[in-house]
Amino acid sequence: MLLAIKVILIIILTPLAGGLLAGFDRIISARLQGRKGPPLLQPFYDVLKLLQKETIEVNASHRFYVYVSLLFIVFTAIVMLLGGDILLTIFVLTLGSIFFVFGGYASQSPYSVIGAERELLQMMAYEPMVFMTAAGLYYVTNTFFIKDIISRDIPAIVYLPAIFLGFVYILTFKLRKSPFDLSVGHHAHQELVQGISTEYSGRALAAIEVTHWYESIIAMAFVYIFFAANSVISHVVALIVCLVVYLFEIIVDNSTVRVKWQMALTSAWVVSGVLGILNLAVLFFFEF
Amino acid sequence: MNFNKKSPWILHYDGSSCNGCDIGVLACLTPLYDVERFGVINTGNPRHADILLLTGSLNAQNIPVVQQIYDQMPEPKVVAAIGICATSGGIFAECYNVVGGVDKVLPVDVYVPGCAARPQAIIDGVVKALSILDEKQNALKGR
Repeated sequence: MLLAIKVILIIILTPLAGGLLAGFDRIISARLQGRKGPPLLQPFYDVLKLLQKETIEVNASHRFYVYVSLLFIVFTAIVMLLGGDILLTIFVLTLGSIFFVFGGYASQSPYSVIGAERELLQMMAYEPMVFMTAAGLYYVTNTFFIKDIISRDIPAIVYLPAIFLGFVYILTFKLRKSPFDLSVGHHAHQELVQGISTEYSGRALAAIEVTHWYESIIAMAFVYIFFAANSVISHVVALIVCLVVYLFEIIVDNSTVRVKWQMALTSAWVVSGVLGILNLAVLFFFEF
Repeated sequence: MNFNKKSPWILHYDGSSCNGCDIGVLACLTPLYDVERFGVINTGNPRHADILLLTGSLNAQNIPVVQQIYDQMPEPKVVAAIGICATSGGIFAECYNVVGGVDKVLPVDVYVPGCAARPQAIIDGVVKALSILDEKQNALKGR
């Protein structure tokens, strides 16, 4: 019973927090560009409007993939926020992203197909670092369960500073922010229109937006895991660090230009290779 | 409750405009006017758009393009003709290739005359378009 209530709370509160984060993001971005920006609740207005609009069906299956993607991302959020297995989290998160890519391939629009191909390249770019994060956390804590990882005496960041930096680097992919917003974007892109979401409208587009809110919170939860320990103060610090990291991502988003996919892929692999392996090697040789 | 007024997404198409009105449309998005305050986004994608802003007169070549863009937009949708060329053909009305204003092909809801239409006038036109969008939404619900 308690579990059911927790699950329902996670399903409802996660997109609310994600939507607020998106609204905060749009205000800060506008201020960085010298504008006033939309109201804080703007992302919710957008989604509520999309729910009322006509949903155009390009073919029989293309909306199905987006809803399945949302389902898997919701499942990821539940497993993660209940303190479940971090490996399961990563695998289901990847599955959700894969279904989103299928959604891009499903419509024959060249823009969404290019977007889907770029999304696959992005997944190739960021996945190694995600697995390195899980490996590092296991090496330090001897467990894959998030609730055990965050209830130790010393937070994982003490042992994994380089892996954390690498994770922040690939977070830009996950949050779909410049310089790595190659596959899909809110801002009109010259060569890509809106990438994977080009052919989606109405309720299906609203589902894509809500999926992204869940994903932002999941990404922030990864940051949280690095800083949380068994003291209350560490949880407060972890929350503050999450906000600082998000603010940093917004500033990066507004001060960089989109890179080509070659640059995105190689730089992500170099960063994950150097920082991830260095961190694991140091841990191994000094036997922390 | 309708949320159209809170989040109007715009698609801008340049018919055969001299770029004067296009610059007017884009100026609305700059820090000086900042229409994103009201939730306006320039989507550049008909599938996401609520309001179609057309600048410039229609000619034989762009009629199928304009029609396709209009058909790709999900209901409810409104069309605003920006500038005198889009409303009636303007000084180009007599040209051999020009068909006339946008209303020769699409059902236009709002006319914003002017050469070039000022950003203030365009914002005013979009606000008028929003109340029409609201009516259309209610009509869809009643169906």
